[in-house]
Amino acid sequence: MTSRAAIALLIAAFAASYALAQGSDDKRRSGYQDMGEALQKMQDDDSANPGMLFVQLGRQLWDKKAGSADKACADCHAIAVMKGVAARYPAIPQGADTPIDLEGRINLCRTEQQRGAPFPPEDQELLALEAWVAYQSRGEPIAPPDDPRLAPFRAQGEALFRLRRGQLDLSCAICHDDNAGKKLAGATIPQGHPNGYPVYRLEWQTLGSLKRRLRNCLFGIRAETPAWSAPDYVALELYLMQRARGLPIEVPAVRP
Amino acid sequence: MRGARFLAVLLGALGAATTAHAEPYVVVQDGIPKPIAAERGDPGRGRAIVANRSVGLCLLCHSGPIPEERFQGNLAPSLAGAGSRSSESQLRLRIVDAARINPDTIMPPYFRTDGLRNVAQPFVGKTILTAQQVEDVVAYLVTLKD
Ligand code: HEC
Ligand code: HEC
Repeated sequence: MTSRAAIALLIAAFAASYALAQGSDDKRRSGYQDMGEALQKMQDDDSANPGMLFVQLGRQLWDKKAGSADKACADCHAIAVMKGVAARYPAIPQGADTPIDLEGRINLCRTEQQRGAPFPPEDQELLALEAWVAYQSRGEPIAPPDDPRLAPFRAQGEALFRLRRGQLDLSCAICHDDNAGKKLAGATIPQGHPNGYPVYRLEWQTLGSLKRRLRNCLFGIRAETPAWSAPDYVALELYLMQRARGLPIEVPAVRP
Repeated sequence: MRGARFLAVLLGALGAATTAHAEPYVVVQDGIPKPIAAERGDPGRGRAIVANRSVGLCLLCHSGPIPEERFQGNLAPSLAGAGSRSSESQLRLRIVDAARINPDTIMPPYFRTDGLRNVAQPFVGKTILTAQQVEDVVAYLVTLKD
C-alpha cells in the first residue's frame, strides 16, 4: 500500500469516528467539525495542507545529527515507535516528578542526548520535529496515561480553565464549555480541543504550538500571559487532553 | 476565515487601553440614576463605541441594529430594544458593572477595576471604557426603542 493510500484510509477513519461521536451521547466536537468545508478539505488533502511542509522538514531533521554528541534522533529511536506518543503527552519523564509537554520532551533529548542548545519557543525546527513525531499518531485516539502523579497537575489545569481573569473577566470555560458553537463576532467558538497541535493556522501563516494558541486566547481577554516556560501551560494541556480523551489526533491540523 | 482574522484584530487591540480612574457613583436599587461624567452622553459617539470592536467590544457577544458591521456575536441578547426594556439608570449600571445585576453574568465590567485577576500589564488599574464613554454608550442605548 502506498503511503498516500494509507493516509486516505486514516482520513476515512477520522470522518467515521466523528460521525460516531455525533451519533452517541458524546457531544464533543473537534475544532475540525466547526470549520468551513474549504478548510476541512485543505486539512484532509496532504498536497494542499501547508502543515505537511513542516512534517516533511521534521522528517529530515529527525535524521540529522546535531549537538556536541553529534547524534540524530534516528540514532536513538526508530520513528515507528513514536506512534501513539503524542496521544499520551504531557507525561512525567523518567527520574523527574513534574510533567512536560511534547516539545519539552524534544528539548530534553536535545540537551541531554544530543548535547545541544534547547530550541527557543515557536522555533520552526522544534515545531517541525514535534509535527513529525505527532504525525505518527494521526488518527490515534487521545489516551492520557493513568499515572496518578499527574492528577494534581491536571486538577490545577482544570482550576486554571475555570478561572475568570483579565480585564474582560472571562474564563476558558465560559467560552469553550458554556458558549462553544456560538458566534463570537464572526468566529464560531470551538470546544477548545488540543488534538490538532501543532496546527497550521491561516491567521499565523505558519505552524504554531498549543501554547501559542492559549496565549492568543489569554491576550484576547486582556489577561497576563505566563512566561513560555511556565508550568501553567502544561497543567492546562493535561486537563485539555483529559477533556478530549478519545478524540483522534489530527496533526497537522489546519485552523482559521 | 475573514471573520476570524477580523476577530484577532479586534481581540488583539492593545492600543485600546483607556485611562480612567473609577469615579465615585451611587447605585440606587438596580441602577445608577446620575450620570458619571461631567459632559452629557452623545448617542452618535455611543453608537461608534458600540460598533467599534476594539473599544466597546459589544458586538463580540451582542448583535444590534448596526447593519454595516457584518460580524456580530450571539452570546448575548440583541441590543435592539434595550432602551425600552431598561431605564437609563438601569442601563448605566449594566455597563458600569453588570455583575451588580447578575452575579454570574459574562458581560465584562466596563467601569470597574477591583476584583479582577491576572489583568495584562497595559490594562492594570484601567477601566475598559472611560466615564465619558460609558455616558455616550448609555445615551445611545436609550435611543434603541425597538
Ligand atoms: C472570549 C472567548 C474565549 C476565551 C475566554 C478563551 N478562548 Fe480559546 N478560543 C476562542 C476562539 C474564538 C477560538 C477559535 C479562534 C479562531 O477560530 O480563529 C479559540 C480557540 C481555542 C483552542 C483551539 C481549538 C482548535 O480546534 O484548534 C484552544 C485549545 C483554546 N481556545 C483553549 C482555550 C483556553 C485553555 C482558554 C483559557 C486559558 C481559552 N481558550 C480562552 C475563544 C476563547
Ligand atoms: C462577553 C460578552 C458580552 C460583552 C462583550 C457585552 N455584553 Fe452586554 N450582555 C451580555 C450578556 C450575556 C447579557 C445578558 C444578561 C446577563 O447575562 O447579564 C448582556 C446584557 C446586556 C444588556 C441588557 C439586555 C436586555 O435584555 O435589554 C445590555 C443593554 C447590554 N448587555 C449592553 C452591552 C453593551 C453596550 C456592551 C459593550 C459596551 C456589551 N453589552 C458588551 C454579554 C456581553
